[in-house]
This record gives sequence, C-alpha cells and structure tokens, in this order.
Amino acid sequence: MIKISVASGKGGTGKTTIATNLAAALSKKGKDVVYLDCDVEEPNGRIFLKPLISNISRVSVLVPRIDLDKCTFCGECAETCEFNALAVLEDNVMVFDSLCHNCGGCYHICPENAIKEVPRDIGEIQSGSSNGLKFMEGQLTIGEAQAPPVTKQLKKDMPPAEITIIDAPPGTSCPVIEAVGDTDYLILVSEPTPFGLNDLKLAVGMARELKLPFGVVINRSDLGDDLTIDYCRKEDIEILLQIPFDHKIAKAYSEGRMASDISPIYRENLYELYENIAGRIKQ
Amino acid sequence: MNELVIISGKGGTGKTSLVGSLAALAENKVMVDCDVDAADLHLIMDSKLLESHEFVGGKKAEIIQKRCTSCAVCLDYCRFDAISEKNEKFEIDSLSCEGCGICRHFCPEDAIDFKPVVCGHWFISDTNHGPLVHARLGIAQSNSGRLVSHLRKKAREIADKSGHEMIITDGPPGIGCPVIASITGSDYVIIVTEPSLSAFGDMQRVHELIQHFNISCGAIINKYDINSHMTEGIEAFAEENGITVLGKMPFDKEMVAAQVAGKSIIDFKNSGLSKSIMDIWKRLQADLKRVEAKKIDLKVL
Repeated sequence: MIKISVASGKGGTGKTTIATNLAAALSKKGKDVVYLDCDVEEPNGRIFLKPLISNISRVSVLVPRIDLDKCTFCGECAETCEFNALAVLEDNVMVFDSLCHNCGGCYHICPENAIKEVPRDIGEIQSGSSNGLKFMEGQLTIGEAQAPPVTKQLKKDMPPAEITIIDAPPGTSCPVIEAVGDTDYLILVSEPTPFGLNDLKLAVGMARELKLPFGVVINRSDLGDDLTIDYCRKEDIEILLQIPFDHKIAKAYSEGRMASDISPIYRENLYELYENIAGRIKQ
Repeated sequence: MNELVIISGKGGTGKTSLVGSLAALAENKVMVDCDVDAADLHLIMDSKLLESHEFVGGKKAEIIQKRCTSCAVCLDYCRFDAISEKNEKFEIDSLSCEGCGICRHFCPEDAIDFKPVVCGHWFISDTNHGPLVHARLGIAQSNSGRLVSHLRKKAREIADKSGHEMIITDGPPGIGCPVIASITGSDYVIIVTEPSLSAFGDMQRVHELIQHFNISCGAIINKYDINSHMTEGIEAFAEENGITVLGKMPFDKEMVAAQVAGKSIIDFKNSGLSKSIMDIWKRLQADLKRVEAKKIDLKVL
C-alpha cells in the first residue's frame, strides 16, 4: 500500500498530466491502482481518464440552526465563534453558513440547548473506473468557500488499493495540506521559469514542514533557464524526470487525450519513476 | 475607482504575465497580488520592498503540559482530529488545528493555551509601474481568504490616498475561499483561459462563480493557436454568456523569455505578443466604459 501525491506550488505545471499518466501506466502493468482527484475546486483528471461513474455521493458539513423559542439571546454562541458566523440581535440570531467552520462550538456551548446542527450540502464525490483503474474525484459546489471538508471526505471514502495516486490542488495552504497529508511520497511538478522556481521553493518548504519525502519533475524543461536545476542541486533535491516541451503533447492535452498515447515518456519513464520511488519508500 | 480582478480557475494560463503587462499599460493604478499561496507578480515588476508586516489571521490551541491531567475531554470535542494521545501525553497538531478554541472552552483544568498566531506576512512594494500590495501566507497555513481581504483593503486605502483610478488584482487559481475573497465587490473580472478542455471547463466553473456575485466579465484566450477549433468553441461560449472576448494571444516563447528577464511582456520588447496585449488593453478600456455606462443607466432608472 503506497500513497503518492502529485503537487506543485504553481498551477498549470502539469500535475494532472503526471498524475493521470502515472496512474494509467501503473494500472496497465497490472497494479491495483486508485486515482484520487483532490483538486476539488477544479477537478480535471476525468477529462483524460474518462471513467465510467458508478457511484455519486454528497458531501455535507454540519451548520447550526437556532430554536428561537428556546433562545434567550444571551449571545454566548456568537462570543464563542472564532469565525464570526453568528450574530445575535435583540430578538433574532443570524447564522452565516458560508463563514461557519463546522466546529460545533456554538452547539456545545449554548446554555439553553437551543442550537441543533443540520447537514449542509457543499459538494459531491464521484467514483468509478477507467480501464481497470479505480477513479474518484471530489467536487466543491460553485459558490462554496471551503474545499478541505470535501477533500477530507474523499480521502475517507477512498477504497484500499496497492497504489494510490493523489492529484493535489495548486498552492501550499490548507486545501493542499489536506490532500497531501499522510501520504508516503510527494512528487512536485515544476517548470524552469522564475515563477515556477519561486513557487517550487514554497512547495519544498511545505514538503519539509510536513516531513514528507519528495522529488521534482521538471516539465517543459527546455522553456526557461537553468536556475531550477541549480536550486535542486544546491538543496540536494532529486530531479526525478525532465520532460521537454512538445507541441504534439500540448495539442493532445488540449483535446483531453492521454500524453501516454503519444510519447513513451509518459509510460515507460513514469513507470521507472514509480519503481525508483517505491524502492525508496520500502527502505 | 475601478477594481479589476484577473482570474482563470485553472492555474498557469498566464494570469500574472498578463497582469504585469496590463499594469505597464495602465496609467494611474495600484496593483494587488491576491495569490497569497504563490505570489509571483513582484518578480516581473522590478519591485523594491517598502513595508513588511506580520499578518495575524487566527488562533491556535496548545496544551500546557504541566496542567494537563490527560482526562481526554478535549479529544471528544475536537472535530478536526488535531488532538492525539501518546503514552497518556496529549498533543495538538498545529497544522490540523482549525482555531475554533472549543477544546479550551471545555478543558476542566484550564490547560489549553489559545493564542493568535502569525499566519503570514504582507508587503507594500514600489515597482516600475506603481505601488504593489502583496503577501506571503505562511507555509501550510489557513486563513488565505482573510489575508486576501486585508490586501484589497490596503490597496483601496493607497488608491484613495493618492488618487489612483484603478486597482489591478492578480487573483488566485480555483473557485474557493481566496478566489471568492478576491472578486466580491470588484467591478470587473477578466478570465484568462486557454483552448484546452481543462482550461475551458475551469473557465465555465469560474464564470458561474462570477455570475453568482453578479460581476461583469471579459475573457482573454492565451495560446489560442494551440487548438484553433477549441478557441472557436470558447468564443461561442463567451458570446452566448455575455462575456466580452477582449482578445487572443498566440503561443509565443517570448512569454517565458520576458519572465526570465524579470520583465512584463510590454516592457520586454516589441513582439506579436506585446501587440496583441495592447489591443486587449484598448478593448478592455472600451468595455470598462460600457460597464460604467450600464451602471449609471441602472442608477437613473
């Protein structure tokens, strides 16, 4: 049971391309693989894997509802809430669902037992399969602010598999932590540009903070400068793979075709990359 | 004052390069980088740091070990799996702690400290094209929405004080908390997209979000020649949905070359790419006027 996350500070560096092709390459070699799309704000893995969806479930969080007959408008709930999700007026209590972090504080603190919690729908999870590969994705409902509860549920519902490939969202903050936390290895996908390097440094900071072993894939390795390679060498970071820019791959990507149908890099080299990582994890 | 926000849904479509170039063309403006996870705009604006401040965005709980009796009450209340027990010693993982403070409320021994934490830094810099407000969220921190709102407030203060007419905002990827905080109450949103199924799909999601907040918007199609057929599809979608197509940019290695030189595309050199951005700027100005006129019409009605 190995869990590998694919992340990057910067968006658009090729996370989904690496994650989907890696998952498909492993599956083709007969491995039992689940691909988990944790970029719940913009999940795109399905465009390439084209899974048959067999199950859809809703994701909800608990939010408070006030029984005004019992409420004495004492204001303790609003005082307790660190997220300003409640406002107690003279004869009413306003609940701002989108600010609520679902901690249950108000519910527990209310001296009159006037608060109950009700589920509020914020997204969904779809699961299915694609040529023997297990597929799951989370999707945050548009207009909802909090991605982490959807990711959390997705990871809870994840089926057991020999290998789990997690496609993480861009950035280095809470939605990413939720996605990559408790995995065995982190693949950071970058590009050799000033933006790519700046964001790679942030992602490396995150990996180190989380104490996760990691390596770097440099995508479009011929568009940019040498500073990313210099940085990796100086910091003793392993460069797992370098992939040059290829117009044919860009075109295939745009149409939702798998890069592995075009270039062997995305089959053989990614499989080798996995074996290299797996060997390291087992040590 | 016009508050303009550039977003894309999908990352890496060219938002920041475009913001830098529009900022180079706009005359009297303040820039804000709301991608607080991975801020890059300052890298192409020849920026000099003027001010650096700590940002305190929330609180975190910590167990005061000498008072803790290992009663495990806190464990029952925490919904974020942040509290763990090892050999009867309780600990709170600061990365998992949501900062709700419920554990402290119910601790019978008053053994939990609950203090504000610095979750990032925010900056004001001077650049070759005017003031820039930007930030760096601490690694693995939450509260990006609060930090974004703070940056926008500071930018408005600077604009008000110095009589700037426009705020140009580089937005974060996605559709969640920091994106919502970046666009609420703004005057105009530009979606930067690419002719790929991924970027087009993300554009549609982000457009639905913009509609949710009832903000006027335009679109720019970057690398339009990678897949001309899909570019036509995006243009048709824009037309059906009242999105002004402000222009198209070809795939051009100058985009990366300018970034490597630490410059915006406009400041880098005259090229087909810079010309396409100048056309975009002209169309944008016209569309901003159209939106402004519509607002006045609505007021008169």
